[in-house]
Amino acid sequence: MSAGHVAPKSLYYLIFGALMIGTALTVGAAFVDMGALNNVVMLAIACTKALLVILFFMHVRWSSRLTWVIAASGFVWLLIMFGFTLADYMSRGWIQGTLR
Amino acid sequence: MTTLNYINNGHGLASWLLTKDHKRIALLYLVSITAFFFLGGLFALMIRLELLTPAGDLMTAETYNKMFTMHGVVMVFFFLIPSIPAVLGNFLIPIMIGAKDLAFPRINLLSWYIYALGGLFTLFSALSGGVDTGWTFYTPYSTAAANSHVITAALGVFITGFSSILTGLNFIVTIHRMRAPGMTWFRLPLFVWSHYATSLIMILGTPVIAITVLLVAAERVLHMGIFDPALGGDPVLFQHMFWFYSHPAVYIMILPAMGVISEIVQAFARKNIFGYSFVAFSSLAIAIVGFFVWGHHIFVAGQSVYAGMIFSFLSFVVAIPSAIKVFNWTATIYRGSVSLDSPMLYAFGFIGLFTIGGLTGLFLAAMGLDIHVHDTYFIVAHFHYIMVGGAIMGYLGGMHYWWPKISGKLYSEGWAKLAAGMVFIGFNLTFFPQFLVGYLGMPRRYHMYPPEFQIFNVMSTAGATVLAAGYLLPMVYFTHSLFRGKPAPADPWGAKGLEWEIPSPPPTENFAISPIVTHGTHQYAPSKEVGVV
Amino acid sequence: MSEGYSDAPTVGLPGRVSIQGPGTPHDGDSHAHHPKLQHHFDDMEQQAEASTLGMWVFLVTEIMFFGGLFLAYAVYRSQYPTGFQEASAHLNVTLGAFNTAVLIFSSLTMAFAVRAAQTGEKPRSQIIWIVLTMILGATFLVVKYFEYKDKFTHHTVPGPSFVWDGQYPAAAEIFYSLYFCMTGLHALHMIIGLGIMTWLAIMAKKGTFNSTYYTPVEVSGLYWHFVDIVWIFLFPLLYLIGRHYHAG
Repeated sequence: MSAGHVAPKSLYYLIFGALMIGTALTVGAAFVDMGALNNVVMLAIACTKALLVILFFMHVRWSSRLTWVIAASGFVWLLIMFGFTLADYMSRGWIQGTLR
Repeated sequence: MTTLNYINNGHGLASWLLTKDHKRIALLYLVSITAFFFLGGLFALMIRLELLTPAGDLMTAETYNKMFTMHGVVMVFFFLIPSIPAVLGNFLIPIMIGAKDLAFPRINLLSWYIYALGGLFTLFSALSGGVDTGWTFYTPYSTAAANSHVITAALGVFITGFSSILTGLNFIVTIHRMRAPGMTWFRLPLFVWSHYATSLIMILGTPVIAITVLLVAAERVLHMGIFDPALGGDPVLFQHMFWFYSHPAVYIMILPAMGVISEIVQAFARKNIFGYSFVAFSSLAIAIVGFFVWGHHIFVAGQSVYAGMIFSFLSFVVAIPSAIKVFNWTATIYRGSVSLDSPMLYAFGFIGLFTIGGLTGLFLAAMGLDIHVHDTYFIVAHFHYIMVGGAIMGYLGGMHYWWPKISGKLYSEGWAKLAAGMVFIGFNLTFFPQFLVGYLGMPRRYHMYPPEFQIFNVMSTAGATVLAAGYLLPMVYFTHSLFRGKPAPADPWGAKGLEWEIPSPPPTENFAISPIVTHGTHQYAPSKEVGVV
Repeated sequence: MSEGYSDAPTVGLPGRVSIQGPGTPHDGDSHAHHPKLQHHFDDMEQQAEASTLGMWVFLVTEIMFFGGLFLAYAVYRSQYPTGFQEASAHLNVTLGAFNTAVLIFSSLTMAFAVRAAQTGEKPRSQIIWIVLTMILGATFLVVKYFEYKDKFTHHTVPGPSFVWDGQYPAAAEIFYSLYFCMTGLHALHMIIGLGIMTWLAIMAKKGTFNSTYYTPVEVSGLYWHFVDIVWIFLFPLLYLIGRHYHAG
């Protein structure tokens, strides 16, 4: 069996550093009032951190397209579940005089 | 017979209960799902007996609630969802792709044990008094008010969900990685395509109902307030989470049956399927789009109108790939050389009854009409046309088609034709009146009804009796064939496919030498008149 | 398994499937293969690819499993934004951030454990990385224990004993229900992860893993990283709601 791609140790340290910085950033940003942007920043940082873990720690960067598709499909399906459900909650009360 | 096959290769209970052979595991499933089918059928019998008369005189309302709940829970989770994938899928997929076994044989066995454990929980729930919430476990009744064995039943569903997940996982990895040399995706039998699509749904949907029923159990114990409006929770959130899985679940139940029909139709019209890639891609389309429509179960429950419109539109869209299959099966049969053996009778039954069920589904996709017939027998009839007229017919057709391969014996074709006829007639007599009485306003899940509906209910119960007899017959003649049936040749039907190239019953390792596939596995000689191959 | 052997002769009748052709003979055990090769696979590469694929498919189910809880969170946060802010303020950001750092660190050590097995480092080296990961995982759980204990002391555990003196008790109870469900499920996955690590360490000690066979380490690593990713989302979503309103 082939050994697969062996990542250099320095890369792992780099990613680790990026993840720690991201954590510090997200904590810091939480205490700064940016209005609606707070949520956006927080999610963006979390998604970036997750992406770094997936691509480098979980080796997706060097894996087959099938692996990439499978990993992506999990998140896409999550978005589908969120999207359609929140579409309901967000659009309630749009019809005047009703709860609908 | 002294030749070694998977049945006589190893004797004793341990060799079966600790087997890693996908074919033996399929038989383990066959025994257990048949047992659950009986149990679910018993509950159905109680329902139909009560509904013979308008008054609620056979049992109390509470008991009746338990009957339809247990009927639903057992039939959906312990019969329909596992049936074709766990029995026929497990048995055939490795053979159809030219492999020795599934990718993870031990996980396959574990799947069965998990299923059995979940089944025990549900059995315990039934025996200690049952659940009365409806198989849909709607909150806050299930979490706050019901004083029946909700937690045990919910846990039973939770546990069995993992059986489904592991089966789907096994199928996906197997189909991706274990195909024999030359077995490209577009040479795969359509049975395999439909099981691949089914497995996608199992993977993406089942975990959501797992967490949902877990929350119901937790809420019942801890009174956290997640689904309880009195504590700030939203019961509609439960419905969103529940139906996110349970709608795709109906495609878990029908897609494998569609795969069976594709195989049967080719074999008994002696013709290659019309539009192979369309049928293959339509399976994927059903699986994917099936995840976008769940809100059509919540039209009247408090979902916003705009969300309802989106779900309504998509519910119409999801019918398209199913319709494509029906057109393609029909086009396959047209100008084919049709033989009306029992599997083909079931296939014909499927195509007609599934079409009726599917068309009535379009009625229900329309929000305006759905509001009128929601929670009436129209809905009950609709889903039974698909689940029973569709899925169970597909299952029975598949069992009749592959029984010689699985058991190595031939069954009585005469009795099989009779049974198929009884199932068809009994089914329609049971459920067609329910469309009418539902449209006229008879609500579902009530043990009493206005006297003017009685004639429909009497017809329905009469039909159910015929249907039950039709279901019992195969159990008799299949069992009889095990002891007295003629030995089956490798290819009793003259069909095409890798499974028909190996002995009946197959050897444990399926193939003596790994096959090398040089052509699509279904190559029926093209008929002379038609230019289409 | 690729799409078909291009160099295999196509034996047999044209237009039919050939079973006579050469392929992997499935006769009795010759045992000229790797001891860890299971017999239904053709070679180690197919086995490794299948195992990795299987773990990824399982992780997708885990995404949807946790996803249900995240959905409930999203719905209720959108319904009770201020109530959730109020409830979140009672969580300890320092402990949460510390735990986040611990888990990220454990993902690093896990990545090194996989790399050690992959490059055939000595068992001792592999075990050190695995044990480090376990220590960090255990640290996380210990901190969690103290956090939970604090909730019990302050009666912020949902149920009959829930007491809330803020403005939005219903929202707070739902918040804490989700908090306990989400972090509890996460902690359960951590505990299972520790069990998996133990098993890995035992196998590593026997010298099982090297560059030709390290799949168990790799797929365990995938699982561990996934659990880390769940926490990467849990931390800001639970601990950092509306902190800027309480800044200063």
